[in-house]
Amino acid sequence: MSNQSNKALQSRRRFLDNISRAAGGAVLFSVGLGLYSQQTKSLPADAVRPPGVANESDFLSACVRCGLCVRDCPYDTLKLAKLGEPIALGTPYFDARDIPCEMCEDIPCVKACPTGALDPELTNIDDARMGLAVLVDQETCIAFHGLRCEVCFNVCPVQNKAISLNRSHNVRTGKHALIIPVVHSSDCTGCGKCEHACILEEAAIKVMPIKLAKGESGKHYRLGWEEKQKAGKSLVTPDLEHKYNLPEGASYDYEGEGLIRSDDSQKENSTPFNKSAIDRLNEGVR
Amino acid sequence: MVSATPHTASAIKTSAGKSRGVKSPGEEAIKNKGWLRANKWLLLRRLSQLGILSLFLAGPLFSVWIIKGNMSSSLLLDVLPLSDPFVLLQTLLAGHVAEASAISGALLVAAFYFLVGGRVYCSWVCPINIVTDIADWMRRKLNIKSSLSFSRMGRYGLLLAIFIIAAVTGTLAWELINPVTMIQRELVYGMGFSWLLVLAIFVLDAFVSRRAWCGHLCPMGAFYSLIGRQSLIKINAVDRKNCDDCMDCFAICPEPQVIKPALKGNEEISPVIISGNCTNCGRCIDVCAKDVFKTSHRFIK
Repeated sequence: MSNQSNKALQSRRRFLDNISRAAGGAVLFSVGLGLYSQQTKSLPADAVRPPGVANESDFLSACVRCGLCVRDCPYDTLKLAKLGEPIALGTPYFDARDIPCEMCEDIPCVKACPTGALDPELTNIDDARMGLAVLVDQETCIAFHGLRCEVCFNVCPVQNKAISLNRSHNVRTGKHALIIPVVHSSDCTGCGKCEHACILEEAAIKVMPIKLAKGESGKHYRLGWEEKQKAGKSLVTPDLEHKYNLPEGASYDYEGEGLIRSDDSQKENSTPFNKSAIDRLNEGVR
Repeated sequence: MVSATPHTASAIKTSAGKSRGVKSPGEEAIKNKGWLRANKWLLLRRLSQLGILSLFLAGPLFSVWIIKGNMSSSLLLDVLPLSDPFVLLQTLLAGHVAEASAISGALLVAAFYFLVGGRVYCSWVCPINIVTDIADWMRRKLNIKSSLSFSRMGRYGLLLAIFIIAAVTGTLAWELINPVTMIQRELVYGMGFSWLLVLAIFVLDAFVSRRAWCGHLCPMGAFYSLIGRQSLIKINAVDRKNCDDCMDCFAICPEPQVIKPALKGNEEISPVIISGNCTNCGRCIDVCAKDVFKTSHRFIK
């Protein structure tokens, strides 16, 4: 009898031993894997997700890593992260410098996704926000040297909207223009064609995760001129028209090429030579 | 926990003139039934495992698109979606409700394994099984006896932990290191370093602990064992009265604890191997010289 209860005690002890050992192991495993999973939550800046990924952490909760998007990509743009690559294992991404997204109108990769990790609500590829192109290096971009390039502008599928060319003065020569590509986040899909096409050894324009590429102004921040246009009038002190100290009958407008004389004064001065040289000299002063 | 490894079963008499079957189980079966019949189920399983893998590889290698994707989720003949319920459940716990296509695919797969036995996935589909079978074969050939022993229940703890981590972190954390889905994926989509993990499993199984991965640790197997607990197809020790205690089935079985109640139980216990952890691999049928085992269904008394 006592032998039996002893046996029961022993087996209970062994059971508790096993349970506590398993629990210890499970806790160790959970902490390790949990922390590791947090580490892989950040996408490296040079990897671009396929269209339909709104944010990385939602994507990582939804993607089953089946690669059906990869299979239906007609341009072999997408690939799955392999073990050893610094991207969440098995998830689809592309390297824009290597093969950019061609922005298929029917978006086959999104259609192929069985789980909705690539958002099926994305039906217009122009609405995709895979990332944001950034002209990261003004030192090597030859447009900043005053040379004509505009390759990124020309390959951009959302042409003249996602990248526009802005003119500015070439201070170095003093007489030429710089024609600078400027990316607009309102239209850039992050397809990476600009990065792919950049003529430099290392692209000066690169697609980056939007979070990395874009600033955000304070929620309270307003641009006065836009508010004014919306309201139709100045919202602070009323606008005063600037008064120039001008000859009688003349007005000044910059875009209208400077000094404008009224019809009367033009009639008055219809001949280049005035009655007297003194009057002529005084004309601009009066 | 019932354990019936050949080492603890020394009380059972051995068949005359035969070494205990630990080193090369199935020798007598080959003598009695011929090599082909004594390896029938093994050959069929390898055919199934390699066949399924080739179907997945036929697309990328030869542009024959019978099935697209990988075993986590795929599209059969461009119409039928199939998804792994284990992976999909992780997405659900991580906070994502999948589209109908993946859900119906996962239900389909789950229903299939519910019928044929959950761990049929392990023995008839999963390519890792080939590796761990080879490791076990090597153990026998090299006569490696020492084996670190730990509980077969650990995998259920691991499974629970994985689901909790998915819910807490909101990611498919296990899929970052799951060697099963990883090797399947990298075989189909291009090899990274997942072969290193497979090698690690081989070393673990061959030199550290017998059947450590598939039989003790793999949470995916644990998940499928739960799906298949009530499965229709079961192995049946129907002629258990013919058993001559050669122990070959115990030596070859990846989950030997499942055999004992059915084979050695008294009249009241059904000869059907009822455990969800029986992988329905059929190796016991192969190696039994006395034809004790047959495939049958669970309702046989």
